[in-house]
Amino acid sequence: MTMERSRDWVMRAAILVPYLWLLALFLLPFLIVLKISFSQTVIAQPPYTPLLDLSAGWEGLKNFFAALSLENYATLFSDSLYAWSYLKSLQVAAISTAILLLIAYPVAYALARAPRRWQGLLVLLVVLPFWTSFLIRVYAWVNILQHDGLLNKALVALRIVDAPVTWLATDTAVYIGIVYSYFPFMVLPLFAALEKLDNTLLEAAADLGSPPWRTFFQVTVPLSLPGIAAGSLLCFIPIVGEFVIPDLLGSSSTAMIGQTLWTEFFGNRDWPVASALAVVLLCILVPPILIYRQREARRFEATR
Amino acid sequence: MKRFSTINLAALALGLAFLYLPIAILVIYSFNDSRLVTVWGGASLRWYRALFNDSAMLEAASVSLRVAFLSASAATVLGTLAALALTQRFRGKLMFSGMIYAPLVMPEVITGLSLLLLFVALEFQRGFWTIVVTHTTLTLCFVAVVVQSRLITFDRSLQEAAMDLGCPPLRTFLVITLPLIWPAVASGWMLAFALSLDDLVLASFVTGPGATTLPLRIYSEVRLGVKPEINAVCTIMIAVVAVGLIAASLLTKRSAAGAQLGGRV
Repeated sequence: MTMERSRDWVMRAAILVPYLWLLALFLLPFLIVLKISFSQTVIAQPPYTPLLDLSAGWEGLKNFFAALSLENYATLFSDSLYAWSYLKSLQVAAISTAILLLIAYPVAYALARAPRRWQGLLVLLVVLPFWTSFLIRVYAWVNILQHDGLLNKALVALRIVDAPVTWLATDTAVYIGIVYSYFPFMVLPLFAALEKLDNTLLEAAADLGSPPWRTFFQVTVPLSLPGIAAGSLLCFIPIVGEFVIPDLLGSSSTAMIGQTLWTEFFGNRDWPVASALAVVLLCILVPPILIYRQREARRFEATR
Repeated sequence: MKRFSTINLAALALGLAFLYLPIAILVIYSFNDSRLVTVWGGASLRWYRALFNDSAMLEAASVSLRVAFLSASAATVLGTLAALALTQRFRGKLMFSGMIYAPLVMPEVITGLSLLLLFVALEFQRGFWTIVVTHTTLTLCFVAVVVQSRLITFDRSLQEAAMDLGCPPLRTFLVITLPLIWPAVASGWMLAFALSLDDLVLASFVTGPGATTLPLRIYSEVRLGVKPEINAVCTIMIAVVAVGLIAASLLTKRSAAGAQLGGRV
């Protein structure tokens, strides 16, 4: 009896401690963002009308609701700068996810087909750069892509171009940086799916006279769809809100939403508009996040 | 016996070249004697010497290491508890697992902004400790996922046997469960440490006066263009990570070999 009770008590603590931590530091902050996105900008410290004042009782509650305004959302929809920013982010995320899929698939396929003896080492080699700093990896490309950098030197030496090309502060540079940084995130889920592929299915297709390319598109690709979905979501969602890569490699004229939010917050010190931007961005990302979450839950149930 | 086919070998070679060439170039140029970052002026350790006289950079490195150590340790405890919770049934589990998985893909600008607004609302002094708390919150989710994947594959009958024989739950955890899942806990800690050391966006939001982490410092320099000194800092960071990972893989290999041996006996 006491045994059972102490067991319950320990388990309850194990659940409660991280639960409370996440409620206080993950969920509550979102509610605050939501509230501030409905507040008016004031020139003060902090620069928005105050939060709910419960000490004022019913009167405070009434004031709280009276002070809510849609002004920031109206700003968001009236200025096309913001709409373009969202569209730009979605476009960059969609195109880079497609490029990632195209170049990561052959690598993941080769990894899955590699001799067992080498597989562990090769997977480690793909994961290794993920452990070095994100910032360092983006900075490495600033080195290469700058005006008199190695890429231009190589291109001029090989007579591919006559004069150095401008790479930095272009969309191309942003795509290169994103594809480079997210490469392991795409390879690993694809590898996990392709590794489980049943070889006998490929043999059966070959025995029945299917040419290799047809087997690939009719057997391999459909069977790796879970990996394709997982990798694409894992890349697409964070790329939409990416800040560091477009900031260091892109130009400020075509800002992604992460940069716009950053500028509103740090540059213009307009916290309510920055919050509204975050709320809308979150609404855009909720469907893909829910799909990702559901797939993870299903995968988890399957492995149990 | 499977062997590499030419096309697969080519795909792997190209993929790995794409991953490693930029880093290799950065490392090589950190030993460049020339002040011009694009002209090779012979090998030298000049920028490393300059680095060790740069007190702001050293201070930033020390802040980063302390933040990473504290937040990774807290995240490992909380994340392991969260992983244990995820294997149980309880009310509100759906929301709990949602809060574990969402931060993994949530854009950092949103997480950073929301935590900053929380600290402002609570009138919390921003600086070192707000960065620690922020990093703990993000990385505990990563630890939870890593440890959970270990918990669902390990043999739970050992744990149940210990409990049935009257071992108290806390002791069961420390004597049976923890030794079995410890490789996952250790790699969770390392992952948390690396993520904390790496973070720029969250730290930018929640930092205050006097708490500049290494990425914040590097970022403010990089925005002004490429500097040879930054190449040197990056090379040292890469070297530290590489040594840590090799040590970790040797350790886990040994413990895996030990576990196999134990299994046979």
